[in-house]
Amino acid sequence: MQKSLSIDPDKCTGCLQCELACSYDNENAFNPAKSRIKIFTFHDKGRFVPYTCTQCYEAWCMHACPVDAITLDKGTGAKIVHDNLCVGCKVCTIACPFGTINYNADTGKVIKCDLCEGEPECAKACPTDAITYVDANWTGLEKMRAWAEKTDAGQASA
Amino acid sequence: MAWAKKLLRVNLTAGTISEEALNMDWANKYLGQRGLATKYFVEEVDPKVDPLSPDNKMIMATGPLTGTCASTAGRYSVITKGALTGAIACSNSGGFFGNEMKNAGYDMVIFEGASKTPVYLFIDNDNAQLIDASDMWGTSVWDTEDKIKSDHQDPMIRVASIGISGEKGVKYACVVNDYHRAAGRSGVGTVMGSKNLKAVAIRGTKGVTVKDPVRFFEAANAGKAVLAGNPVTGEGLPAFGTQVLMNVINETGALPSQNHRDVQFDGAHAISAEAMAEPRESDGKPNLVRNAACFGCTIACGRISTIDRTHYTVAERPEYQVASGGLEYEAAWALGAATGVDDLDALTFANFICNEQGYDPISFGATVGAAMELYEIGAITDKETGGIELKFGSAKALTDLAELTGKSEGFGAEIGLGSKLLCEKYGHGELSMSVKGQEFPAYDSRGIQGMGLTYATSNRGACHLRSYTVASEVLGIPEKTDPLVHEGKAGLVKAFQDATAVFDSAGICVFTSFAWSLEDVAPQIDAACEGDWSVETLLEVGERIWNLERNFNNAAGFTAADDKLPERLMKDAAKTGPAKGLTSQLDKMLPEYYQLRGWTADGVPTNETLGRLGL
Repeated sequence: MQKSLSIDPDKCTGCLQCELACSYDNENAFNPAKSRIKIFTFHDKGRFVPYTCTQCYEAWCMHACPVDAITLDKGTGAKIVHDNLCVGCKVCTIACPFGTINYNADTGKVIKCDLCEGEPECAKACPTDAITYVDANWTGLEKMRAWAEKTDAGQASA
Repeated sequence: MAWAKKLLRVNLTAGTISEEALNMDWANKYLGQRGLATKYFVEEVDPKVDPLSPDNKMIMATGPLTGTCASTAGRYSVITKGALTGAIACSNSGGFFGNEMKNAGYDMVIFEGASKTPVYLFIDNDNAQLIDASDMWGTSVWDTEDKIKSDHQDPMIRVASIGISGEKGVKYACVVNDYHRAAGRSGVGTVMGSKNLKAVAIRGTKGVTVKDPVRFFEAANAGKAVLAGNPVTGEGLPAFGTQVLMNVINETGALPSQNHRDVQFDGAHAISAEAMAEPRESDGKPNLVRNAACFGCTIACGRISTIDRTHYTVAERPEYQVASGGLEYEAAWALGAATGVDDLDALTFANFICNEQGYDPISFGATVGAAMELYEIGAITDKETGGIELKFGSAKALTDLAELTGKSEGFGAEIGLGSKLLCEKYGHGELSMSVKGQEFPAYDSRGIQGMGLTYATSNRGACHLRSYTVASEVLGIPEKTDPLVHEGKAGLVKAFQDATAVFDSAGICVFTSFAWSLEDVAPQIDAACEGDWSVETLLEVGERIWNLERNFNNAAGFTAADDKLPERLMKDAAKTGPAKGLTSQLDKMLPEYYQLRGWTADGVPTNETLGRLGL
């Protein structure tokens, strides 16, 4: 079964444990500045939103790469950047509609979420289940369940 | 390796910035943050220094765990000689600023001297520079933070700044970071203002590492599991915040009301966590928007709130019709119970203003409460207040004074003196509910006996965060003791003081201590830091820090005579509740406490004690 990251912003408290876990897995240091997942704080609205690569099926970044440094991991569905091939041209960062692939000036390569070979550290580290790793075909299941429950409540009171 | 092993020294008089290696001998004895920065401070500063003189220094310091994935490990503290107290000050803050300092590669920044003109320090990893802040002087914390991010075109910069109150010398001004997290008490922001330092802005991208990653992840994850499984840190604090205490402490008979004349407040429920969650009439939404976490925190006790748009404070002011940092318990108590005001929206508004202009809501609310009593007995009149009818329970008086104090204008300039100077000025020093010049927080010493000793002996003036015996006396953590008896409290206070000094020096939040003992903390420190860090070692570090602070205060001129509570708490018995008929039994606890500490009957550490602790 292929899995996807599922993100529920309502559950996010903005603690950045996901960024700490992501950066440690990739950089061997706690460094939110190098995290592949970012939490956005909308201060005036009191909202926190985790955001990262959704692993597009037809991935713009992969198609745009002139040196084929981005490939598909067929097991996880992740689009993987190969550092030995990446020339740091940044064309993928322009191609990506969502901004989730970014240049790392310290290495001259681009970085993006690679789903940690099927065991994403961000989901493991999230204390509130705002980030979960679920069946790629059923990322909407929990939302459906929540709405289904409300429907049921309506029937009971009718 | 946990410690960045480097500090930045900024001489504001000369405009110079230099790097120094961290003194690792001291780090091994004082750990970091509160302990280590206090060691630097006492070695470099004359204890008799005027807090607002350029000769006073101010240190912003992280702990060794700051920036790691240990739960709550994003803390930093501001250490200086307090403007409100003249005692050693150490104010701890969460948010995201501490992590950014560590990621820029510094354990601490020492500020000395004073700039001739307003400046802010900008640290971009290895590049640190002082930048002119003339165009920010006279603006709020919120505008300053926005402007710095905009000027540098970098929304990821973290900022700690002072508001207008700090510039103008309000005695209890804070340093505020991330819009609404504050190094709040003792006037550390006032000291920053006296140095013409408007802000510190940091962008750090270097990363933080630990000694033994495998063991560290194990220890940190075990710690997180303990927090998640504990009813206080896993359920109560995330759902209700610290405000969960309002009704509990009222029922305990330890909620000081109307300048400590009473120990219970009729309006407690109206300003409680439960009230914050109730939908309001105007738009059907509650005051509370959601909970929020500081850096790395798996508890997430923070409150994000909105004010009713139809409320008189904001109806004509859309800029305040947004979500921002909401009421925490201590602020809600001071702005509400201490003043007799039970209008939740007025309290939330006053709290917004405290954050926006950077001053401590505890000292502010308590000072307004004292001023209301001065007004009631006729010691001050409409002439002094500028026409503000300063009656207990008046929401309008509270919110008007919040705005005036934020800008230090009109009678707000006098409220900005703090209760001690204000009450003395009008001939009633006895009405200041404070120790060493700092106002009490939200627990009455008659209804919770251990807190009386906590306040009297706190090295930074009256404070609940130096030994939170409420945990034991009310919540039963780690074991239940009777809040109404004084027996055994001397030992309890000492144990809490020493352990808390460790939490404050490690880079983690003291709220973890609702669930964690040092048995949970030691493995995390030991795996992250070089050296051997057992529970025993840490307890000795905590006791060493406590005595270091005490020695500074004694050298600054404090004596056992300053370890006392206002007469009201010693002579006027509680009128209602479980503590009815009881006064504080401080005089019975204090001699035992001195003895347990290894101090003389005059509160001075003996040579034997100092020798034992390597001081």
